[in-house]
Amino acid sequence: MSILVNKDTKVIVQGFTGKEGTFHSEQCIAYGTQIVGGVTPGKGGQTHLDRPVFNTVKEAVEATGATVSMIFVPPAFTADAVMEAADAGIELAVIITEGAPVRDMMYAKMYATKKGMKTIGPNCPGVITAQECKIGIMPGFIFKKGPVGLISKSGTLTYEASNQVVKEGLGISTAVGIGGDPIIGLSYKQLLPMFEADPETKAIVMIGEIGGTLEIEAAEFIKNNITKPVIAFIAGQTAPKGKRMGHAGAIISGGQGTAQEKMEALEKAGVYVVKSPADIGKKVAEALGK
Amino acid sequence: MNIHEYQAKEIFREYGVPVPRGGVAFTGPEAKRVAQELGGSLWVVKAQIHAGGRGKAGGVKLARSLEEVEKIAEELIGMTLVTHQTGPEGKKVEKVYVEEGADIQKEYYLGMVLDRATEMPVMMASTEGGMEIEEVAAKSPEKIIKVAIDPTIGFQGFHGRKLAFGLGLAKEEMKPFIKFAEALYKVYMDKDANMIEINPLIKTGSGEFLALDAKMGFDDNALYRHPDISEMRDLSEEDPVEIEAAKYGLSYVNLDGNVGCMVNGAGLAMATMDIIKHEGGEPANFLDVGGGANPDTVAKGFELILQDENVKSIFVNIFGGIVRCDRIANGILQATEKVDVNVPVIVRLDGTNAQEAAKILENANIKNIIPATDLSDGAKKAVAAAKGEL
Repeated sequence: MSILVNKDTKVIVQGFTGKEGTFHSEQCIAYGTQIVGGVTPGKGGQTHLDRPVFNTVKEAVEATGATVSMIFVPPAFTADAVMEAADAGIELAVIITEGAPVRDMMYAKMYATKKGMKTIGPNCPGVITAQECKIGIMPGFIFKKGPVGLISKSGTLTYEASNQVVKEGLGISTAVGIGGDPIIGLSYKQLLPMFEADPETKAIVMIGEIGGTLEIEAAEFIKNNITKPVIAFIAGQTAPKGKRMGHAGAIISGGQGTAQEKMEALEKAGVYVVKSPADIGKKVAEALGK
Repeated sequence: MNIHEYQAKEIFREYGVPVPRGGVAFTGPEAKRVAQELGGSLWVVKAQIHAGGRGKAGGVKLARSLEEVEKIAEELIGMTLVTHQTGPEGKKVEKVYVEEGADIQKEYYLGMVLDRATEMPVMMASTEGGMEIEEVAAKSPEKIIKVAIDPTIGFQGFHGRKLAFGLGLAKEEMKPFIKFAEALYKVYMDKDANMIEINPLIKTGSGEFLALDAKMGFDDNALYRHPDISEMRDLSEEDPVEIEAAKYGLSYVNLDGNVGCMVNGAGLAMATMDIIKHEGGEPANFLDVGGGANPDTVAKGFELILQDENVKSIFVNIFGGIVRCDRIANGILQATEKVDVNVPVIVRLDGTNAQEAAKILENANIKNIIPATDLSDGAKKAVAAAKGEL
């Protein structure tokens, strides 16, 4: 078991024939992901990476039975691609593209929600179920199979956390990079109950950062709904106010969204909060009694 | 990206958001000419910098004659203004905005931001005009009226009425206020703004609503479709090192400590700052060299970090995923040939091909480069090196 995706998940790629789309699709195929085709308007009928290319998502879904789309189209066209996926009946869109305008994503997410399509990202590393299915740009070999679910706003910090967990002799069930933009798809609050319900997952790591209130909402939710141990790290304890720290959403504005307030809320909810990012793996092992 | 008050007011005018008449000036005589054209007997001369709190800091002054306008403008232009938002170093005033004096009957606050909880733009109003909105939010949050506006329906009458009744406006004031708010919503959406603040919004003796101040910020990701706004960027308002970093696709923020950091990925970069603090040191910067770190970006990273004279050691923390660590190790070696790195560099490379990378650094045997085994070891060594204890 796992959450969201597994070895049977059929995936198409929007922006399949572009440079990024091609490189990462190859990597996903090598990992074992069932990439069943791709969409590039105007290139329908061609074959790319031994897979069919379609002009529209609708055609791709009808021909391949894909339920998930991995999106690599450039920022100016990302929202359009997301809405096309939703319209075509895709169940989950994993949006890797960085730099999509916030206003566009606001509309795209509203439409996706209306159509019942889940989204992950944008500006994220994607989702991986260890040793089964990788949909995104993360280095697959770091994720060994195991009992730990992972939810993170940051890419490289996800790799760091997984690496630490594996070094403790544990491993990852599914890891979801939710992205650090102001508007994102699935977040802690939607993913936590999925991990809670997944029998393979025994503990959950959540990695947050400054900006916004998602971690605070998660704390409230954990207190009332999650029985599995949750281990959290919040990046940006030393970040200055009013400065954007790389991610578009990582900014303390009006004194709100500090790491300190998030850590306090999580601690109050019974979460194991680590102050040092080097202690994530150790704390997971401790929580699982290893 | 942020713009100046005078630029925000230009945009407001274009959209029918009422503002007092005024003009920008770069010299005293220019300011006098602007005042003359405006006419009247009372003007306000306002320093144009990207920071709030200008009034209290002496950057906004009343003038009752043309000569006074010129004198004040000459005093303001060239001075360094320190407000609670500029930091102790302050900001140099390059230009002033000369505006006709307004007949202020009452001051309000009106602002818009993206509300990340509802994922919609939210309009906020308060009767506590002229006060810092953060202060109002902390002391008396009930005095801030908020309405989230679903962009699929746009600004409706009920949004406006909720704000107007919340402010306790009189019947005859409702219509002009709602018209004002609706125009403001249109500006926010059309221009891909991420922040608008009007503080104060005033009601004049004749019952008109006017934006006496105007602050606007924009979504950087959307600037490509607003060349008119991109042109309003004022580089003198930004940190030159941050501008330089951005040219190379790097993200840099200067901090007060003495341990420089070079990291791939924004989250890990913040986490690296945190662990330096955790180990008893102080980070000198945030630096994300991006997913595709290569010899050029690493060399540029060293240059940026070493511009800060406080830096006593550098912690390079790279988790190689798609980017192989051996390539980065070679990049670091090449970078040290290009840039004179005169402080200890603690290098932690983990992930793809980490062992090959460790060998490359070991064999190179460069005095200033100290390998670290993991995140914690690297942070400890970097902090010790900055204290001269390594």
